[in-house]
Amino acid sequence: MASQDIIARSATTTAPSSIRQLEEVAKLIDTTKCIGCKACQVACSEWNELRDEVGHNHGTYDNPQDLSAETWTLMRFTEHERDDGNLEWLIRKDGCMHCADPGCLKACPSPGAIIKHANGIVDFNQDHCIGCGYCITGCPFNIPRISQKDHKAYKCTLCSDRVSVGLEPACVKTCPTGAIVFGSKDEMKVHAAERIVDLKSRGFDNAGLYDPDGVGGTHVMYVLHHADTPRLYAGLPDQPVISPLVGLWKGISKPLALLAMGAAVLAGFFHYVRVGPQRVEEDEHPAPVDNSVHQVDPAVHVYDPTKPGGPGEQRP
Amino acid sequence: MNQREHKPILRYNANERTNHWIVAILFFMAGLSGLALFHPALFWLSHLFGGGPWTRILHPFLGVAMFVFFLGLVVRFWRANFITANDRLWLRRIDRVMLNKEEGVPPIGKYNAGQKLLFWTLLLCMLVLLLSGVVIWRAYFSHFFDIGAIRLASLAHAFAGFVLILSIIVHIYAGIWIKGSVGAMLHGWVSRAWARKHHELWYREVTGDKPPPVPGRKEG
Repeated sequence: MASQDIIARSATTTAPSSIRQLEEVAKLIDTTKCIGCKACQVACSEWNELRDEVGHNHGTYDNPQDLSAETWTLMRFTEHERDDGNLEWLIRKDGCMHCADPGCLKACPSPGAIIKHANGIVDFNQDHCIGCGYCITGCPFNIPRISQKDHKAYKCTLCSDRVSVGLEPACVKTCPTGAIVFGSKDEMKVHAAERIVDLKSRGFDNAGLYDPDGVGGTHVMYVLHHADTPRLYAGLPDQPVISPLVGLWKGISKPLALLAMGAAVLAGFFHYVRVGPQRVEEDEHPAPVDNSVHQVDPAVHVYDPTKPGGPGEQRP
Repeated sequence: MNQREHKPILRYNANERTNHWIVAILFFMAGLSGLALFHPALFWLSHLFGGGPWTRILHPFLGVAMFVFFLGLVVRFWRANFITANDRLWLRRIDRVMLNKEEGVPPIGKYNAGQKLLFWTLLLCMLVLLLSGVVIWRAYFSHFFDIGAIRLASLAHAFAGFVLILSIIVHIYAGIWIKGSVGAMLHGWVSRAWARKHHELWYREVTGDKPPPVPGRKEG
């Protein structure tokens, strides 16, 4: 993608190249329309040339079991029994949420390994990735995965390569029910609002949009039947935030710690300048005494306190 | 001054010195590679280790090696590092010590209270660094721990590293400030005068010297 539209860059304390303004985009995933066909998973793997290992069935429809460096999106299936005894099959397409305030980017120690574009896409640049996994530590949604082949972090790119040339993400293009739509973030909110009105009229009183404020909003949003309890959807966080531990770890404490280390060095230097070194008064390595020469310094008066008499009597 | 007065005292034997400097070298390598990941302003330090990925690969091994060799120092020196009543007095008189004024500063053994506190601080930091470092060692161990533990360990690791580096800055400066102490760790020997001035009780212990007579009082 172009490098003139980067509005945030990992491990960078100056402004990135962000002259080009773009409209914010968003992918809207309507869980109420999803039939769990996994076409989006296939499209993702096709477009991005990803071929994950064939795994094992663990007794659920989730396939594969979890996101991986080669599975950037995954349908998660939840069987939810309502209070009235009815069963609901909640299916959520999991993947990177493209947070406005990305925890991965905040935690990353490598300059430029994670960037956020003006259109809202959070992208990993594996060329700069060092494989430390701090992005996983920082992410409130448990999304990034480290590849066991090249030890780089991977996740959904929101098809940044397609979006940059005016195409929609591969998963959006393939979705047969229109459960995944893509456009400007404002348009997607309008679309979601219409869907929510429709759902409420059908008895889903708690239907709503998942665009959590705790991470500044996201560029992947969900329409949920139960927006009051997002955790029903395979543990989607109710109120995702960057963990305060990560905030403390990566926030103001780091520059302050650097300052303290620099101050300690300076304090030592000025202690030396003002107070000076501690030397032992006696010469540590006295010159060998040449006994053949009897040298007398007339200015030196030897006084032995163990012998009687005043100092005058002891002069050589 | 007789001939015996000029005979230096061995403060650290060859094994102790070697162990110390192995820890020191590993500290610098683990410390610099850790600082590279500590703050973006220091990321350039990763070039010393062959780039970011190599820094990430090497840092934990360097840290574990540092810990193992530091244990060698602990085994050698922990007995000499118990805090005594004299040490508390010494700490209360730290202002005089800092100004190179000896009056009223109690005589001390092999280590003064500052050195002892440093010893225990380093041991504590090393333990925290080791334990938290294992938790955030993504390649081998992180999958055994949940995300909350990893986040806490990341914070603890950075904090312990910070305290360790700060402590070593003090340690290095003390070596520069107190002339003769670097020699003790480089070639092992200190002068009698140095030992008497800085570690009087230890001096008496190794030489068998009695304390100097107090004027006006009989020895008995």
